[in-house]
Amino acid sequence: MEIRVGNTYYNIRPRLLLIVAGAALAISLLSTVIYTVQAESQGIVLRFGRYVKTVEPGLHFKLPYGLDQVLEVPVRRQLKQEFGFGAFGSSNPTQVVSADEQDAERSMVTGDLNAATVEWIIQYRINNPRAFLFNFREPGETLRDVSESVMREVVGDRTVDEVITIGRQEIESEALVRLQAVVKKYGIGVGIDQVQLKNVNPPIPVQPSFNEVNQAQQEREKSINVANGEYNRAVPRARGEAEQRISAAEGYAVKRINEAQGDATRFNALLAEYLKAPEVTRRRIYLETMEEVLPQVRSKIILDDKASQPLPLLQLGAEPKRP
Amino acid sequence: MKPTVPLLPIVVVVVLAFILLLTAAYTVSETEQVIITQFGRPVGQAVTNAGLHLRMPFIQEVNRIEKRVLRWDGRPSEMPTKDKTYIIVDAFGRWRIGDAKQYYLRLKDERSALSRLDDILGSEIRNAIARHELIEVIRTTKDREPERDAAIEDARGNVGNLYPIHKGRAKVQQEILANAAPKIEVFGIELMDVQFKRINYNTSVRTRIYERMVSERQQIAERFRSEGAGEAAKILGQKEKDLQTIESEAYRKTQQIQGDADAEASEIYARAYNQSPEAAALYEFLKTMDTYKAVLTNDTSLILTTDSDFFKFLKRANPLQPTTP
Repeated sequence: MEIRVGNTYYNIRPRLLLIVAGAALAISLLSTVIYTVQAESQGIVLRFGRYVKTVEPGLHFKLPYGLDQVLEVPVRRQLKQEFGFGAFGSSNPTQVVSADEQDAERSMVTGDLNAATVEWIIQYRINNPRAFLFNFREPGETLRDVSESVMREVVGDRTVDEVITIGRQEIESEALVRLQAVVKKYGIGVGIDQVQLKNVNPPIPVQPSFNEVNQAQQEREKSINVANGEYNRAVPRARGEAEQRISAAEGYAVKRINEAQGDATRFNALLAEYLKAPEVTRRRIYLETMEEVLPQVRSKIILDDKASQPLPLLQLGAEPKRP
Repeated sequence: MKPTVPLLPIVVVVVLAFILLLTAAYTVSETEQVIITQFGRPVGQAVTNAGLHLRMPFIQEVNRIEKRVLRWDGRPSEMPTKDKTYIIVDAFGRWRIGDAKQYYLRLKDERSALSRLDDILGSEIRNAIARHELIEVIRTTKDREPERDAAIEDARGNVGNLYPIHKGRAKVQQEILANAAPKIEVFGIELMDVQFKRINYNTSVRTRIYERMVSERQQIAERFRSEGAGEAAKILGQKEKDLQTIESEAYRKTQQIQGDADAEASEIYARAYNQSPEAAALYEFLKTMDTYKAVLTNDTSLILTTDSDFFKFLKRANPLQPTTP
């Protein structure tokens, strides 16, 4: 057999041609018969639309020409949905909603009829690919709906203070338990791993007043501290000073008694001598005193008791000069 | 000559049979159910098990209908509660086509099904909301005691309290479902549940709610401030009290100590000076002498007579002899 390309003639044997054609056919057939399932997925095999089996990752064979259909479900991938925040760009189409929807998503009413904005995420995995594919047409959206409903149920049973501050953990765990129960009851085919609260705040117009409460709390602590400071500045010092005064008084007491005893001892000693010769002792003391006292006295006038009227004066001390 | 089988007719028959088989066969997926219609009229029950099925070729038609659970997502709409609060309610429901034949006859497609759901559920939700106070569709658990923030434990007003409920959200949802399900059932639709997705105050109510929240918080803040001032005053009062106590006690103690000491000293002196008349006389004499020392200083003028003990020798060596007149 000759094939002409341009002016060149190729001599090709018909048998070779047949082999090549056969090989091409085989390859094309093989390519529709062989398929792979990715590591993170499981494959659901349908024959004429009916479920036949679930296959694990790896290379597999199926019937060609659309008789068998394989649906891959990423069962090992951790999936996430964000509520009230988030940006597009994830491979999971139900991970976020549009930005204007997010505002409605995070606004909630609490059980004391206050408002709060709650942002949260759920982490989940597809744990039953058959159920995930065949039970719900929009499993991701349904999960979002249920998650919102459950979160509002939990928040609706709590006060705004619980939601914003003290009850966060409890809300997470309670929402997780309820969501797991609902998802199981529905048979969506997913398992919820986690519910996490993100930003939980009072609505923006109310936020300043919540801050005010915090500030007031701080102010209270501050004024108590200041007062305690004043107390601490004065009272221990006063205690010390009181101790000081008492010690001084005790010192005085010791001194007073010691002196008294000293004086008494001295007096007794003197008395003993005095009793031996009272007249002489008395006289001696008198004269000693006079000796000590009289020189101190500036003007001394000595009168004779016999002299009367114009008295002769005896000037004992020298008068300072007078003009 | 061998009798030959006519090849062509056989081929034609085989091909025709094959084409016939192909048009008679149809597949049903796991996600759908099929209603067979003959000249537009449904024939038999819906085919719900997935796989390969046969029908009469050419005269019977295959109508595929969803088998999975579907989602009704209500539009958020504003409505008043029993206590005349305007709220925006956004609900969702799950439904599936339970009676495919009925569904096919009454609605044919999903859009008209959703429109029926909108009508029926919309009005049932509106009724339910109007029959209940707002708190009934917010709270669920009747007897839940809220945890309290220790800091605002005894704030006045309704801070930290949950409003009481009689039914709760879950019951109201069940009522809506119970009322709506029979109405929607005639369309071959099985309504599985209805839930509130979002409930929010409308814009004008929201402003008032915010104002209330602000005033509530300010009230708490005021309490903190006043508590702070009160505590401080208490501490300062305690300080005054402690200071006075400490000082007066110190005074009392010092006076007592000094008094005791004075008393003891007096006793010692008394014991020494009062032991005998001679002692008393000596004491008086000594004390007088001491007093002279203190009193007679250099600005004193002293007028003495020769009659005194000191100057008596000034006139006479022996004053004991009487002077001659």
